[in-house]
Amino acid sequence: MTSSAARSAGRRRRPRALPAVASLYGLLLLAGCAGNMPSALNPGGTGAARVAGLWWLLFWISVAVFVEVMALLIWALVFRRGNARVRHGQPLRFVTIAGAGLPFVILVAVYGVGLRDLAALGEAPGPDAPAVEVTGHKWWWEVRYPGASGATANEIHIPVGERVRVRLRTDDVLHSFWVPQLMPKTDLIAGETRETWLHAERAGSYRGQCAEYCGNQHAHMAFLVVAQPRADFDTWLARLNAPARSPETDTERRGQQALVQGTCAACHAVRGTTARGRVGPDLSNVGSRWSIGAGAVPNDAGHLGGWIANSQTVKPGNAMPPQPVDAAQLPDLIAYLRSLE
Amino acid sequence: MSTTTTPSPGASREDLARLAEHWGERPSLRAWFATVDHKRIGRRYLVTAGFFFVLAGLNALVMRTQLARPEAGVVSPQEYNQLFSMHGIAMIFLFATPMLFGFGNFLVPLMIGSRDMAFPRLNAFGYWVFLFAGLFMWASLPFGAAPNNGWFAYVPLSGEQNNPGLHMDVYALGLLFLGISTTAAAINFIVTALKLRAPGMSLNRVPLFVWAIVATAFMVIFALPALNLDNAMLFLDRRFGTHFFDPAAGGNVLLWQHLFWIFGHPDVYIIVMPALGIVSAVLPAFTRRGVVGYPLIVLSIVAIAIISFGVWVHHMFATGLPQLSYSFFSAASTVITIPSGLQIFAWLATMLLGRLVIRVPLLFVIGFVVTFVLGGFTGVMFALTAFDQQVTDSYFVVAHFHYVLIGGAVFPMLAGIYYWLPKITGRMYHERLGRWAFWLVFAGMHVTFFPMHLYGLFGMPRRVYTYRSEPGWAGWNLVSTVGSYLLAVGLLLVLVGVVHAVRRGRPAPADPWDGDSLEWSTASPPEPHNFPVLPRVHSLHPMWDERTAESVGPGATSDRILSEGRHTLFTSELDAHPERAVQMPEPTLKPLVLAAALLLFFTSMLFAWYPVAAVAALTVAATIAVWLWPPRPLEQDLKVVP
Repeated sequence: MTSSAARSAGRRRRPRALPAVASLYGLLLLAGCAGNMPSALNPGGTGAARVAGLWWLLFWISVAVFVEVMALLIWALVFRRGNARVRHGQPLRFVTIAGAGLPFVILVAVYGVGLRDLAALGEAPGPDAPAVEVTGHKWWWEVRYPGASGATANEIHIPVGERVRVRLRTDDVLHSFWVPQLMPKTDLIAGETRETWLHAERAGSYRGQCAEYCGNQHAHMAFLVVAQPRADFDTWLARLNAPARSPETDTERRGQQALVQGTCAACHAVRGTTARGRVGPDLSNVGSRWSIGAGAVPNDAGHLGGWIANSQTVKPGNAMPPQPVDAAQLPDLIAYLRSLE
Repeated sequence: MSTTTTPSPGASREDLARLAEHWGERPSLRAWFATVDHKRIGRRYLVTAGFFFVLAGLNALVMRTQLARPEAGVVSPQEYNQLFSMHGIAMIFLFATPMLFGFGNFLVPLMIGSRDMAFPRLNAFGYWVFLFAGLFMWASLPFGAAPNNGWFAYVPLSGEQNNPGLHMDVYALGLLFLGISTTAAAINFIVTALKLRAPGMSLNRVPLFVWAIVATAFMVIFALPALNLDNAMLFLDRRFGTHFFDPAAGGNVLLWQHLFWIFGHPDVYIIVMPALGIVSAVLPAFTRRGVVGYPLIVLSIVAIAIISFGVWVHHMFATGLPQLSYSFFSAASTVITIPSGLQIFAWLATMLLGRLVIRVPLLFVIGFVVTFVLGGFTGVMFALTAFDQQVTDSYFVVAHFHYVLIGGAVFPMLAGIYYWLPKITGRMYHERLGRWAFWLVFAGMHVTFFPMHLYGLFGMPRRVYTYRSEPGWAGWNLVSTVGSYLLAVGLLLVLVGVVHAVRRGRPAPADPWDGDSLEWSTASPPEPHNFPVLPRVHSLHPMWDERTAESVGPGATSDRILSEGRHTLFTSELDAHPERAVQMPEPTLKPLVLAAALLLFFTSMLFAWYPVAAVAALTVAATIAVWLWPPRPLEQDLKVVP
C-alpha cells in the first residue's frame, strides 16, 4: 500500500477547514435564533446572555487554536514524508511556549472572564424581588407564589424585565432546573433548598426542562416560563389567589361533579371546590396550560381525554393510575377541565 | 526489519532448551485455565474487553435508533434507561480500563525486558475477576434487572425506595467485585515497572507507555477506594437500612456525588493516560525519531496524575455549592489542560521533525490529535463554572466526553491494535482494509458526535429516552444516528481486519516497523520466556542502539540468561542495577478458584442467600491461605549478582 491514498487525503483536508468554520458559525447563529428552539445561543434574559457571550469568546479562541494545530499537522503531512530528512533536535522551547506558555496566558484570561460571569450569575436579586417556589416531583413541577394560596404546574409566570427569585426544592429525587434561554442550571437537592433567579428581557415563552436524570420519565419533565408585562402578570397572579372559574354549562357542571365525587379529587385540587388533593398537580387553571404531563403532549381535548382514561400509555410510569371514568362522563370532565382557565 | 526471529547467539542451545522447558506450557485444558503467562492473560484482557465493547456499542446503536426521531417506540423508557446505564458502565469499567490494562499486561514486561509481571498469579486472578464481574453485570440485562441509574448512580434515585429491585444492587456489588481486579492489576504494574526492568533501564530510559501505565496504576490505587466506599454505603443503605444517603435521617445525598467524582474524575485520566502512552509508543516508529521532549512528557504525566485529584467538583457545578469553592475547582480544572496541551505539541513537534510513514497506526494517531484537541477545547469550557452550568447534563457534554474518550482513548487503542497486532498474533494486518476502517471510524465518530454539541446548546438534555418534535432537535438527532451506523461499520471493519490477520495474515517478522522499544526484539509472537537473554539497556530507544543487540549476543553472561529455573531478574528501582534472580511461580488453578469463590460470594449477596455467602467467604479465606502458605524450604537459587 503506497502512501498516495493518504496523501490525497491530506490534500482533501486542507480546503475543508475554513468553509467548515464559517458554515459552523453561520449554522450556530441561524439555529440559535430559529423559531421556538430553546437555544442557549438565543438568550432572552441577562443570565443566559452572559453565558452566550462567554461561549462566543471560547468558540473563537477554540477556532484559532484549532487552526494553529491543524496547520502544523497539515504541514507535517505535506512536507514531512517521502524523502524528508529526519531531524533529531529537541525543540523544547517551541513545545514549552506553544504547549504551555501560550495556553497558560489564554487560560488565565479566560478564567478571569469566567469568574466575572460566575459572580454575576451568583448575585441574588434584592429582598424585594418577586419570588416563586418550585418543587420538583417525579415527573412534574409544582409552582407556588409566596402569598398566593393557589398553585400551578409546569408553567412559571414572571414579570418581564424584573429579576425573579426562584426557590427550588424536591419532593423526591434530584432534578435540575434549566431554562436555556434564561438561566443555566441549578440542581434540586433532596433535603435542601437551592436558589436561582430568572430574568427575561422580552415577553414570551421560554421552554425549560429537567436536566438531572430522575428516572423513567426524565424525558417528559419540561416546563414553560411565561414572561408577561407587569400588569398582565399581576392579573394572572390575582387569579391564582381566587377560586377557580365556576362551571357555566350543564356539561361543565356534570364534569365538576364527576371530578369532585370521583377519584380525581383524591390527588388533585381545584380551588373553591372540595377537591383538595395534593399528590398531583393543582388543576384550577389546567385549561390554560401549555401542555399535559409536563410537556408530554399538547393540551387539547383529545389528549386530555386520553390522559384521563389511561395516562400510562402517554407517559408510562407516571403516578396517575388509569381512571375508571365511564364513557358518558368523560366528555363532561374534559369540558369542565378545559373551562378552567 | 533489523532483527530476525532466530534465537540470539548469546544463549546456547542448552540454555534455550532449558528455558523452553521451564517456561513452556503444554497445551491442555488444565493449562488453559492455569496459565500465568502475562502474554496470554494480556490477550484475554484484550479479547474480553473487546467483547464487552461490542455489547456496549450495540446498546448505543439501539439507543441511537430510538432517538433517530421524536417520540419513537423502539424501546420502553425502562429498557432505554437500562441500555444507557449499561452502555456507560460497560464502556468505562468493562472496556476502557481493562482494554488498556490488556495492552499493559502484554506489553509492560516486553517493553522493560522482563520475563513476566511481578505477580503472575495475581495477574491471572485479576483477569478472572474482571471476566466474572463483567459477566455478573451483563447477565442482569436479559432479565431486565440491569442497573438503570446511569453509570453515576446518583442517590436518592438509586436508593431502595425510589429504585426497588435488583438493578442497583447489581451495580454496587458488580463494581465492588470488579474493583478487586483493577486494584490487583494496578499493584502489579507498579511493582513490575519498579523491580523487573532490564539492567540499565534507569527511570529516565523507561518507555513513555510504561510511565503512563504506572502513573495510571497509582491513580487507581488512590481513586478506587472512594468508589468502593460509595458502593459499600449504597449497598448497606439499600439492603440493610442504613442512612448514609438519607437526608431525612441525617444522611447527605451530595456525599455520594463527592465520593463518586473523587474517583470519577481521576478515572477519566485513568482511561486517557495509558492511551496517550500508546500514542507516545506508536509515534517513533512512524516518524523515524524519538518523541520530542521526553522529560516534559513524563512531567506532564505525573502532573496530570496529581492535579486530577483536585478537580472533581467541576462535575458538581450545578449543585449549588459555595461560589468560592467553585472558583478553586474551576482554576484547577483549567490548569489541568496544560499538561495535555504540552503533550500534544510534543507530538506535533515530533511529526514536524521526523519523516512520516503513513500506515494505519499513524492514521489513527492523526485522527486522535484532531479529535482529542476538539474534546480538549470543550473541556476547558467545562472548567468555567458559568458555562458548565449552562451545558452540563445536556447533549453538549455527551459530545465533549465522546470526543475525549473516543478521540483520546479509542483512537489510540485502535492505533495500538494495528501497531502491535504483529507482535500479539504473529501476523500482519491488511493495510487497505485498515485504511477503510480508519476513514469510516473517523467520519462516523464526527458525524455522530459533532451535532451533539449543537443540539446540546439548543437545549436538549441528556439521558432522555425520547424528545418532542417542537424544540426542533429531530434533524440533528437523525444525523447522529446515521453517523453511529457509519461508526459501527468502521468498527466492524476493524474486527474483520483482526480476524483476517489471525486467519490469513502474512507471518510477521519480529520487528516489522523498525520500532524503538524492547518488545520488538522478541519473536512475533514472543516465546513463553520472552527474552532468551535479558538485554542490557543503554539508552531511551534500545532497539535503535547497537549496544542492546550486542548485550544479547555472544558473551552474554549467565546472570542475564537465567536458564536454571523459571527465573527473571530483580533490579533496583531508580537505576535498574541488577539485584538478584527471582523464582517465578508455576501455572496454578488457585487464582481461578479464588475468583470463582468471589463470584459465588457476590452472587449470593445479590440474591440475599446469606448462608451461601458465608460459605463462599470461608472458601475465599481458605483459598487465600492455601495460596499464601509458605512453600517447602526455599530453593537456594537466590543468588546475588554483582
